Amino acid sequence: MSTLTLSHVSYRYGAKLALDDVSFSLEKGRFCAFLGPNGAGKSTLFSLLTRLLVTREGSISVAGHDLARAPRAALAKIGVVFQQQTLDLDMTVMQNLRYFAALQGLSGKAAQRNIDAALDRLQMRERSGEKARSLNGGHRRRMEIARALIHAPEVLMLDEATVGLDTASRQAITSHVHDLADSGLLVFWATHLVDEIRAGDDVVVLNKGRVLAHDTAASLAGDGALIDAFIRMTTTQQEPA
Amino acid sequence: MAYLVALRAIVLREALRFVSQRSRLLAAWVRPLVWLVVFAAGFRAALGLSIIPPYQTYITYEVYIVPGLCGMIQLFNGMQSSLSLVYDQEMGSMRLLLTSPLPRWWLLFCKLLAGVAVSLLQVYVFLAIAAGFGIALPPSGYVFAFPVLILTGLMLGALGLLISSTIKQLENFAGVMNFVIFPMFFMSSALYPLWKMAESSPLLRDICAVNPFTHAVELLRFAMYGQLNITALIWVALAFVCFMAGSLFGYDPARGMRRKGPRA
Repeated sequence: MSTLTLSHVSYRYGAKLALDDVSFSLEKGRFCAFLGPNGAGKSTLFSLLTRLLVTREGSISVAGHDLARAPRAALAKIGVVFQQQTLDLDMTVMQNLRYFAALQGLSGKAAQRNIDAALDRLQMRERSGEKARSLNGGHRRRMEIARALIHAPEVLMLDEATVGLDTASRQAITSHVHDLADSGLLVFWATHLVDEIRAGDDVVVLNKGRVLAHDTAASLAGDGALIDAFIRMTTTQQEPA
Repeated sequence: MAYLVALRAIVLREALRFVSQRSRLLAAWVRPLVWLVVFAAGFRAALGLSIIPPYQTYITYEVYIVPGLCGMIQLFNGMQSSLSLVYDQEMGSMRLLLTSPLPRWWLLFCKLLAGVAVSLLQVYVFLAIAAGFGIALPPSGYVFAFPVLILTGLMLGALGLLISSTIKQLENFAGVMNFVIFPMFFMSSALYPLWKMAESSPLLRDICAVNPFTHAVELLRFAMYGQLNITALIWVALAFVCFMAGSLFGYDPARGMRRKGPRA
């Protein structure tokens, strides 16, 4: 059974069609890059997947739970890292993690065990008493990723998670997230940066609200570079009717 | 259990934020004290008060405005909470809250209760300071006021929540001060009784009479003297239900987190 399934999802802002009949399925243990130029509809789809917006046409299923019919069960299986930073900078690292754990309904020993695991993964246990404000951009992002995993989700969704970071931090984070996929998590990585994608990764290409392709990066690239294939696909697409 | 865990975390976070924002902490107490000590002293001579319920004797103006100032604390706190919600929306932390698996209505209600908890703290500290100035309530009044302060806090907090669901940018919040807080406060019975208002303008008096804040103040005034003002209770409860329903509609994911167009 697929971990994440979208079936004929469309979404409109008034008269403007932002997503047009989007369908694809993703398996656990895979890193799926969700690739599209600015304005492709990535953020709209991301909002639908995290239920900040509600699907009006089509359906979304997460780990077997329909997002519209069983939103609590579906959302409990999702860990989210937004493009915008969502840490409370005036709270300590530990307070931020505890706050998020509580929002997931975790408390007491179970929460503390997961938080300790998250801090160990980040190698930040000794900095748990520091304010989030004191962390650099890369560490803040890594902390948001660790926080998104506290409730042991099956899907980790990241929306342009490396925006604004230096090259070293970007590489460290993409490598870390690939490791998470190798450990059995489904990683859904929305980006417009092709260099963050590895040959064996799945790629869903979105443009003007439509899925143009869904295959591995190597297959999409063919004999050339993925960036060339991506540009070719997104510049030759016709306007939606 | 998960519901209570989330409630506790949201209330603690709000309290932590309040305590760490020292200027907000100070303003919350200095503002009503300035009104009580400076404004009331000037008005005392100019404004004569007859015996009006719930008071059974002549009272000083300082005594009259204490319930209104408690209401003012909650009104400002409600708006401050909504300001922090707009900030949270701009900063993204509201997204984190709304993607929790708990129902959205509960998360928003937790936010509301967190604001009420902070306002209760402010009100009781203010009442203690007022007592230090010799403006004290009957001892039972402090107890009877407690459930009423929760209800009035919920009503004013729900108003703030409703406003936050309609404001798109932090910059627009200054308008709230001019078009919500000041009219609500000045067109109410917080500073002068409605019969006094009717002497100068019956129309203004009628407007004040339908202002939910007037009823919040009167409900509190009566409770502080061990009485229940049923009419005010109904008004406040109805206003709370309406504001909360509006807030839930405003934050309904079927409408989008806020009304907006595509970002990408």
